[in-house]
Amino acid sequence: MSEVIKTATRDAYGKALVELGEKNPNILVLDADLAAATKTGAFKKAFPERFFDTGIAESNMMGVAAGLATTGYTVFASSFAMFSAGRAFEQVRNTIAYPHLNVKIGATHAGISVGEDGASHQCCEDIALMRSIPGMVILNPADDIEARAAVLAAAEHDGPVYMRFGRLAVPRIFDENYKFEIGKAVTLKEGSDVTIIATGLMVNEAIEAAKILEKEGISANVINMHTIKPLDKDAVVEAAKKTGCIVTAEEHNVIGGLGDAVCDAVCGEYPVPVVKVGVEDTFGKSGPAVDLLHIFGLDAANIVEKAKIAISKK
Amino acid sequence: MDVILKKNLERNACLIRKGIIEGTFNAKSGHPGGSLSMTEIITYLYFKEMNIDPAEPLKADRDRFVLSKGHAAPALYSAMAHRGYFPVEELKTLRKVDSRLQGHPSMHYLPGVDISSGSLGQGISAACGMALGAKLKNDAFRVYTVLGDGEIEEGQVWEAAMYAAAKKLDNLVAFVDNNNLQIDGSVEEVNSPYPIPEKFAAFGWNVIEIDGHSFEEIENALENAKNCKGKPTAIVATTVKGKGVSFMENQVGWHGSAPNAEQYEIAMKELDKVLASLEG
Repeated sequence: MSEVIKTATRDAYGKALVELGEKNPNILVLDADLAAATKTGAFKKAFPERFFDTGIAESNMMGVAAGLATTGYTVFASSFAMFSAGRAFEQVRNTIAYPHLNVKIGATHAGISVGEDGASHQCCEDIALMRSIPGMVILNPADDIEARAAVLAAAEHDGPVYMRFGRLAVPRIFDENYKFEIGKAVTLKEGSDVTIIATGLMVNEAIEAAKILEKEGISANVINMHTIKPLDKDAVVEAAKKTGCIVTAEEHNVIGGLGDAVCDAVCGEYPVPVVKVGVEDTFGKSGPAVDLLHIFGLDAANIVEKAKIAISKK
Repeated sequence: MDVILKKNLERNACLIRKGIIEGTFNAKSGHPGGSLSMTEIITYLYFKEMNIDPAEPLKADRDRFVLSKGHAAPALYSAMAHRGYFPVEELKTLRKVDSRLQGHPSMHYLPGVDISSGSLGQGISAACGMALGAKLKNDAFRVYTVLGDGEIEEGQVWEAAMYAAAKKLDNLVAFVDNNNLQIDGSVEEVNSPYPIPEKFAAFGWNVIEIDGHSFEEIENALENAKNCKGKPTAIVATTVKGKGVSFMENQVGWHGSAPNAEQYEIAMKELDKVLASLEG
């Protein structure tokens, strides 16, 4: 059996920025003193004249990014999810999204899998915050291949994009031929009893959960929802019709994230039971990332359990 | 200063003030006080200083203007209308449904607004980005922004101030409209930003203090800013809130309320009188 490649999506982000920078002289990258951690340092090394460190001042960074974008550049602004979506929420809302500027927010260290740094840095609210902004696109890639594709697609997209990356190395799911389209869900496995709609590092857990369910005679449909907004509502409704119940899985608060977006999509069109796997409206805590994911129920075992509950409610 | 230029500027300032009153009266809301206090500043920028073309509001090499104190939109709109960006008559649509003249400036509603603003403290960061963009492209355009004295209580202003100096953005000029009043009272009573010049100087800016209603002093300050290399310039302008309308001057109540019909008549009469004296 071949060794599974594990890479953090933040690493893929840094590499994709360099790739973009080589092709497009119009790409600028901003960071707020976290270039080593967000991996924008790779771009800084390759294109020092197109990299700007704004220091520990995320609010100003977002405004500077907006101003640069008005002069014709495509600007990637990077920090941890907590400070990009959290601290700088209103700057993103008013100075980037309201004027619909070409600023792409590269938010790393999202979710519980930040690990040892603990709750202050484990942002499980960013999807909720960004979802509430009109016109914002939210991409949450599942592995390094998808992260690269998301960065390239974000650069091509006209308007603001929020990209959510993780600190933890995660298994590669896709191969080099993987096709990525903003707003287009990817069905990873066909099934008839329950649909698991997952995003980010939970996609791999969803695939594992489907295997376990299969052994128990339960046929799971698995969807990778890499784009939280605009949500592929057609794919959600189609899955609801096909399997009659849904489990959502995300490394985010169960309030305001993918689970809520899926509920919104089905409740008006084709209501079916939806059971959420996510952080249960609580703050994180310190510990090794992999341990924390299990402690907070962000794993295949919990998806399996929730899938059975969802089926029982049909 | 050239006598004809000065008279022209004074005349345009008076017309701009009339537009501010016209807009806020018709809207039955808006912010006349802080619009009137920055009238000479915006008049000088739009009628003398900036390289702009109303016929081509998005031309690439234009100088940029960011109204960081976005609530003074009536002053910006009136300056733009009188400069020829859109009909003066349109000022009456201020704040109305489907008007291009949103309560706070929006670049998508109104071409020529260089960036949307209104949430205090954010405009100056965007202005820094524009100035940085000019440097990157080796473009000669300059970036002007106007901040309120209450606005500089926002922490982001000082993040931007630190950044502009660190990046040597000498193509950036920030006016501080120091009319001494904010919604809850005088800026000293609420949360004193004083001393303002010393703060910007400490952040590494070239600082000039002027009477914000003197065109000569505005002209000299902008000349000084152009000659200053390696530093952004802060022009701290002492102004009178509500300037030019007797009953509005230095009255905090006129920060965010519109004149009624009677007050509108008095204000317009006062301004018409000034205008007539300038025509003579």
